[in-house]
Amino acid sequence: MPGHFEPIPGGGAAVALDEVEISIIRSLAVQLLELIGPGEEPAGEDGDLFAELFAEGPSEPPADPVLKRLLPDAYGGPGSEPSSLEKADELRAYSAEFRRFTENDLRARKRDDALAVIRSLDALTVAGEGGAVLELSAEESRSWLGALNDLRLAIGARLDVADEEDADLLYRLPDSDPRKPMVMAYLWLGGLQETLVETLMP
Amino acid sequence: MGQVSSAAPVEITRPDAEEETFAVPEPDVPWITLVHNDPVNLMSYVTYVFQTYFGYSKDKATKLMMDVHHKGRAVVSSGSREEMERDVQAMHGYGLWATLQQDRK
Repeated sequence: MPGHFEPIPGGGAAVALDEVEISIIRSLAVQLLELIGPGEEPAGEDGDLFAELFAEGPSEPPADPVLKRLLPDAYGGPGSEPSSLEKADELRAYSAEFRRFTENDLRARKRDDALAVIRSLDALTVAGEGGAVLELSAEESRSWLGALNDLRLAIGARLDVADEEDADLLYRLPDSDPRKPMVMAYLWLGGLQETLVETLMP
Repeated sequence: MGQVSSAAPVEITRPDAEEETFAVPEPDVPWITLVHNDPVNLMSYVTYVFQTYFGYSKDKATKLMMDVHHKGRAVVSSGSREEMERDVQAMHGYGLWATLQQDRK
């Protein structure tokens, strides 16, 4: 699989994708959309137009480890462990408040990026076995970059990649390992993201 | 961590006045945004985010990225709490693992 983006003159990026690659990315993007969920429903037809504006998001971090990585707490990371129970409660309260006012927007952004990926793949005309060349504008490239990163974060969390050693182990998995197909997808998406970043470097 | 549960009842009986001191942030101490190391995010992507969002030079962005990579975390910005919440929100938007805290040294 060549799987790398190249810059297009005048801005944007292009990559050749075969049918299998298109269906893998599309299916992963759909799974990501389902995971992130519909979020806040817009107000009903006769509902208050302002209801959505003032809708608050959740205050608790998601239980699912993948969602937790995509929607992390804003207070109390490693290296700043709370010194007391009060301090821990305070950090939790700060994180909860931050989440209430930001999580819906964060989910919406991730949904938009995943949707942009699906739309651009659906617009491709696949010519037989040869696949197609996907051409992205600079704007679409940024959506793809975000979605590719979210997909890799999601797969990384599912594969339990917690440190550099875990990441190195992935390269040496035997073919018989049940995680192998997911790891192949993870590494391939990494190559796509790496070459896409390069086309966008300021 | 074994001591935490046994200490809990003692903590709860503390007078209210002492608890309130925790809720009042020290106004003169600036806040900082920390980005934490993550084996999934690509080094080039993290550098790209620091350049794009903060407008840092390639050298500065690369140095911060290497600090995150080798030291586990780096201070990427500092300012008011409101500004740092905005930066953390932006970092989460890019998929980087970021938190904010007061810069107690």
